[in-house]
Amino acid sequence: METRITKHPILNFPKKSRIPFFFNGKKIYGLEGDTIASALHANNIKVLSRSLKYNRARGFFCGIGKCASCLMRVNNVPNVRICITPLAENINVETQDRGFGKLPEDDFKEYPLKKVDVDVLVVGGGPAGLCAAVESAKLGADVLVVDEGSRIGGQLIKQTHKFFGSSDEMAGVRGIEIAKVLEDEVKSLSDRIKILLNSTVIGYYESNTKDKHRFAAVKRLGYENELYEIFCKKAIFSCGAMENMIAFPGNDLPGVYGAGAVQTLMNVYGVKPGKRVLMVGAGNVGLIVSYQLLQAGVEVDRVVEALPFIGGYHVHAAKLRRCGVPIYTSHTVSKAHGKDKVEGATVVKLDKNWSIIEGSEEFVECDTICLAVGLTPSVRLVAQTGAAIEYIPEAGGYVALHNESMETTKNGIFVAGDLSGIEEASTAMLEGKIAGISAAASLGYGDKRMNEKRKKELLEKLASLRAGPFGEKPRKAKQNILKKFSEIKRR
Amino acid sequence: MKEYEKTGILSVEDINIPDMKYLRKGVAIIECVQEIPCNPCVTACPFNAISMKDISSIPMVDFDKCVGCGKCISICPGLAIFVVKVRDDGFAEITMPYEFLPIPKIGEYVTLLDREGKKQGKGKVLRVREGSRKTFVITVEVKEELAMVVRNILVKSRGE
Repeated sequence: METRITKHPILNFPKKSRIPFFFNGKKIYGLEGDTIASALHANNIKVLSRSLKYNRARGFFCGIGKCASCLMRVNNVPNVRICITPLAENINVETQDRGFGKLPEDDFKEYPLKKVDVDVLVVGGGPAGLCAAVESAKLGADVLVVDEGSRIGGQLIKQTHKFFGSSDEMAGVRGIEIAKVLEDEVKSLSDRIKILLNSTVIGYYESNTKDKHRFAAVKRLGYENELYEIFCKKAIFSCGAMENMIAFPGNDLPGVYGAGAVQTLMNVYGVKPGKRVLMVGAGNVGLIVSYQLLQAGVEVDRVVEALPFIGGYHVHAAKLRRCGVPIYTSHTVSKAHGKDKVEGATVVKLDKNWSIIEGSEEFVECDTICLAVGLTPSVRLVAQTGAAIEYIPEAGGYVALHNESMETTKNGIFVAGDLSGIEEASTAMLEGKIAGISAAASLGYGDKRMNEKRKKELLEKLASLRAGPFGEKPRKAKQNILKKFSEIKRR
Repeated sequence: MKEYEKTGILSVEDINIPDMKYLRKGVAIIECVQEIPCNPCVTACPFNAISMKDISSIPMVDFDKCVGCGKCISICPGLAIFVVKVRDDGFAEITMPYEFLPIPKIGEYVTLLDREGKKQGKGKVLRVREGSRKTFVITVEVKEELAMVVRNILVKSRGE
């Protein structure tokens, strides 16, 4: 099967040079710009490891470094997340023996420890984080942005569709172009904004300096590491979210992927996930990714949605329907078939109590099952700081409570974007801006009145994007978050 | 619950269909029926023919002001705007957004698709224009009775 996309109505995939590398000792080729995962996928290698107890095949799932599904041994380093590790010439990529990471034989090196001291640390360089960094820097703060990927932009870099929203806030512009606009803005402020790519903030530590927070970060350098000790007066967490999984037999088969992972694979790396896809979930993500699969030349058999109605925008559903893709509401996937890879799925109809209607089973021929069943905020790191975390169902799970300035219950720790409640990129950017202004303002940067005025304007824009029936859920989520925040503060 | 919330397909009753006098000159039909916070169509219109009470309202077209220029078609992030012109020779012209390959050629006959993706015969491509940010705007000729039916085209790949 030809796995590389060569022609695309929106994206350009120019010819790139081939890069040789070794997979379990066998020489194969990827392309310049690939991650290890995209190169393996392009070679039709979908089994990345085996499960501990039953030796079941494991493939990748989230595609953006959030899960542990793609851990492999690279140049003797175990547990490398290959979905965010750039491919390099002649590296050795090996399947780990049943999930066990064999440690390298040579002793651990004394990694050099680098110290960094900044006004504002931004964890996560997606739409929220970049907007936060830009606003803080514009007011005069020194900012460090740390991101796990090899480029900034977060998930905007795979959003090939045009954004909704207000025309004075880049509506009608494709996500990939918004990523470029933000990148240019960040670059124009390069004297104040430093960026640490391929790096993970791994923990929050007690600080011996009273007015500073202390974090540790690891930069992955050629499959070796560099350690950073980061001191900052304020920290903004914009770590995004992780795709949800649902339970059904066979959901661990390679070929069962998060919809976002598939979007990354095809729109960032130009690799088709398979030939024929079953999409699970008719929210905006499921509908948009289905349409983008068609644009990439991949068949979409159907979209199934357990709810009795389509959750995403009608216009997204309409685009898909007029291309001939059916959407089955009150239907879901009940089983993935196949040995070591997806070879089909059973879909079933649900009654109004969500029980499977007997005899409704239908076999769907597909090699990929895409799960677009919601997202969970990535709060694990911000939770370490001691910021109050609460379960807010409308926000998508556990989130850090925050006030209107996006500050958590922990002094100097801010949040923005999906991590503070699942929404979309337009609201994430506005929240990022508010967090960025708030963080810099609390350090005395900028004119106090001007800062307050801008924050007020941004809050009004946020409210207008959350108006209407589709904004009900985030409205409720944010109301709850603010309410619980003030309850804790009053104690 | 509306039927389209289950199916993703609008019926003619869901849409504000203009009178024949407007269809004769050709006007924009906006198939956007939900209150989505989105307004680029309003600012895109050079004739101020599209209005919204606030950003979450449903866009309304003033068919007296609309000249059917189609500038809004490729601006709409939902690809939900079509310009329909009903000629007096039994044919209609439908102008629609298109984001697939291959791009059809003028004069080529393409397969017409309805809102469900069902084939509705063939139609001649009259105009091909590159719109905003890689969305193409294609005009096809269809029989008059298909003016409110056809909403997509299928173009045969060349050399395959």
